[in-house]
Amino acid sequence: MSAGSTNAPMASAGSTNAPMASAGGTNAPMASAAASPLLRAVGLTKTFRVAGRLFGGDRSVHAVTDVNLEFGAGRTIGIVGESGCGKSTLGRLLLRLLLPTAGRVEFDGTDLATLSPRDLRAARRHMQIVFQDPYASLNPRMKIGRIVGEGLEVHGVASGKAAREQVLELMARVGLTADAYDRYPHEFSGGQRQRVGIARALALSPRFIVADEPVSALDVSIGAQILNLLLELQDERGLAYAFISHDLRVVEHVSHQVAVMYLGRIVELAPAREIYTGARHPYTQALLSAVPTVDGKDRRQRVVLGGDVPSPLDPPSGCAFHPRCPIAVARCRVEAPQLVSDGGHRTACHLVGDGNPSAGGDVPPPVRHDPAPA
Amino acid sequence: MSKVSTVSDVSDVRGTNGKRLLDVRGLATAFDTSEGIVRAVDGVDFHVGEGETVALVGESGCGKSVTALSILRLVQAPAGRIVAGRIELAGVNLLELPEAEMRKVRGAKIAMIFQEPMTSLNPVLTVGYQIAEAVRLHRGLSKREAWKEAVRVLDLVEIPDAAERAAGYPHQLSGGMRQRVMIAMALSCDPRLLIADEPTTALDVTIQAQILELLDSLRARLGMALLLITHDLGVVAERAERVLVMYAGRVIEEGPVDRVFAEPHHPYTRGLLRSVPRLGRERAPLATIPGVVPKLNALPAGCRFRDRCDAAVAECASVDPALEPLGEGRRVACIVATRRGGLES
Amino acid sequence: MLRRLLRNPLAAAGGLIVLALFAAAAGAPWLAPYDPSDFDAAYVLDGPSVRHLLGTDGLGRDVLSRMLFGARVSLMVGFVSVGIASLVGVTLGAVAGYFRGVVDTVLMRFVDVMLTFPTFFLILAVIAYLDASIWNIMLVIGLTSWMGVCRLVRAEVLSLRERDFLVAAEALGMKPSRVILRHALPNAMAPVFVAGILGVAGAILVESALSFLGIGVQPPQPSWGNILTEGKSTLGVAWWLSVCPGLAILITVLGYNLLGEGLRDVLDPRLRAR
Repeated sequence: MSAGSTNAPMASAGSTNAPMASAGGTNAPMASAAASPLLRAVGLTKTFRVAGRLFGGDRSVHAVTDVNLEFGAGRTIGIVGESGCGKSTLGRLLLRLLLPTAGRVEFDGTDLATLSPRDLRAARRHMQIVFQDPYASLNPRMKIGRIVGEGLEVHGVASGKAAREQVLELMARVGLTADAYDRYPHEFSGGQRQRVGIARALALSPRFIVADEPVSALDVSIGAQILNLLLELQDERGLAYAFISHDLRVVEHVSHQVAVMYLGRIVELAPAREIYTGARHPYTQALLSAVPTVDGKDRRQRVVLGGDVPSPLDPPSGCAFHPRCPIAVARCRVEAPQLVSDGGHRTACHLVGDGNPSAGGDVPPPVRHDPAPA
Repeated sequence: MSKVSTVSDVSDVRGTNGKRLLDVRGLATAFDTSEGIVRAVDGVDFHVGEGETVALVGESGCGKSVTALSILRLVQAPAGRIVAGRIELAGVNLLELPEAEMRKVRGAKIAMIFQEPMTSLNPVLTVGYQIAEAVRLHRGLSKREAWKEAVRVLDLVEIPDAAERAAGYPHQLSGGMRQRVMIAMALSCDPRLLIADEPTTALDVTIQAQILELLDSLRARLGMALLLITHDLGVVAERAERVLVMYAGRVIEEGPVDRVFAEPHHPYTRGLLRSVPRLGRERAPLATIPGVVPKLNALPAGCRFRDRCDAAVAECASVDPALEPLGEGRRVACIVATRRGGLES
Repeated sequence: MLRRLLRNPLAAAGGLIVLALFAAAAGAPWLAPYDPSDFDAAYVLDGPSVRHLLGTDGLGRDVLSRMLFGARVSLMVGFVSVGIASLVGVTLGAVAGYFRGVVDTVLMRFVDVMLTFPTFFLILAVIAYLDASIWNIMLVIGLTSWMGVCRLVRAEVLSLRERDFLVAAEALGMKPSRVILRHALPNAMAPVFVAGILGVAGAILVESALSFLGIGVQPPQPSWGNILTEGKSTLGVAWWLSVCPGLAILITVLGYNLLGEGLRDVLDPRLRAR
């Protein structure tokens, strides 16, 4: 049955003749990236059912609602938001590690939902994930060499000596020494484990990687090394990244485009530079101003948001942000704003583009001068 | 070696601040591990002035949390113990107090809040009861007065409907609210010093801003001192007056935050500051510090940072640098920086 | 790991007992002074002596020899039935934990149903209906004692399912069978191992009880249970016929339990360095 469904280029991804199976890793970034994105999320929505109270019946959590994103080769979209905003769920939806309740994910023009389980497994080699917790993401009972090389074996890319050589090469590329090959994860520090996780993700020469908080569990100086590695690998291999983090500083640093999420929805999507210089959504502005920065000089501009992040189980009516919004008006309470585009900068706020200058004159956009040299 | 620096810097530091509240001298705390005895804190000197905010910053394993626990003598025996030094609170050496006296210091004179507020609260007791219990223990108030006091401090930390919330349980509160409860509990006995160990690390950015803002305003209003332990240089920059940078069990740089961050003297501080992603920078590689923090049982001879240092000279392999004063209330444990500083001034 | 096990004196004692039992069972043909079914007509119901160290039974058979051969039965019953139980329990538990949802619900309700049967009476009924051969006994004990292991494995796999390395395996495009066999189960086996060791003790007890009731291992094949049965009728005149198998059962069960508890401590991941 699966053999018959070779209408999609990915269906035969197990063999190396498929157009997208670019083994070797040095595929040039596609020139047509702008025309047809590598990975496209369309109306992606995920609702979880949660067992309710004893007689209350089940309730549903709208973890991700109507997300549309386009990932191009060699480009990074940073996905930022606070806990419960749905960013990790979104990451898993993009890789189809979770089934969406509605919407679809297209990889190279193929809707992943149309693939048979077998074809989907074959397609997975092109889309990988790097995790937050370098302790939980490596099988404690496997040696590093096995962990990194298992994908090659599963997909029949290489085995035996050839596989070992490929693995050693990869390990060297991510900064691990060859003697790590026969050692177990517990013998390594968090930073080194994260390198192992990256090597594992790279083994099959993927084209799209979801990096889910890859440096949050690491110390600053180690995190910087990992960030640099991810940037280098992107430039070398033309990788597309979905970079998920709660830390706006990190996201802004690595991304071309930034998507800010609040309670399952993207509230602002714009080029990284514009997020920083001209954030339009009041939530993004508050987030920017709340980020503690090393250049802590302009403290007076701080907008401290009141209240807590609402529970996704019980989201507010209308615009989910309105209870905490410093500029909310009556309309915000009843009507959920749509993500409206304005020259490549999308914002979901009734007060933006409605003749309201930068979402309220009393909240200065948190523009900062370039920090003093360290 | 540390004796020399202690004597020479006294006038220097006193000039920058008022009365010293906490004075830590040559503190060393050791732990028994499967690989032998390890000094997690190894000769730490610093002080906190009355009403001052001092940040203790460093990466994991640098000894900042152990330093905090040592001040309260809460290092877990028998594996861990304080092996050397003095910890003076308003002139009294805490290390010489009998345990019963020390209990009166904890909570009443020095209070502490932790990273994870959920595990610090008893899930089966109401929030108000837990605060009232602490109040009764230290101040001998009646049940009713203690409850009133609990509501008062909950109000103080800006918990809405404090009287109602006091009757609620910890699980009914969000993470940010729980941390407020912990702060309320810490403040209930009017401490002179509040030690906050990564108080906002588990919280979301916008909530973190609320809590830091609250701590700042409480400190100013109540006139207590704040020892802020964090790994986040941004938090230090925005909230502290003075900063102590720790590395491998030692304080390696100390000084006013503005000065240290604008012009770090120690190569480690410099590297750390450069490796922080900042807003509004180009998408470019970050500067990094090569290598990893050495294991405490396998420290290099001489300077502990030498292996990773871009400014190391031959002498660094033999001299273990002491924290030397460098003017402007700054001290640094680096022979290269000291020499250069000496030439400049 | 072995060193840590040996550091616990009780566990070490348990291990020693189990080892000794294995040696006795394996070496029975050489260690036994007589053939277990040889009659020594002149020494019927004779007490312990130099000629018969543990005395003889009502037919003049050497008790020591019968005990040694009985150890083989006990060990075999213990291990084979636990093997069957583990196979069923691990398979169903892993499937339930990995696939969750409907599969999980159906399998777990089945476990609940199985647990509502009073196991021992179920075994009695089945054995009464079937042939009371040693193979049937092992099969029945195995098929009625897998539920604990099943629940254990399900819980382990369910929690491992949330661990990132399982997600990573899935993201690499592995089949569910490979994810379960290579990644989930190896990390879930420690408690199964401990439960298995403890289960061996239980199975030995069940077999002894069945044999004691006369529906287990059938004479003339010796088993501790059926030696005990004979001892019951001659308790007044030949105490050694009851004491020897009784003590053997006691010590064996104790040995397995001590070893199992010791292993649990050693294998507990919370005590292990990350």
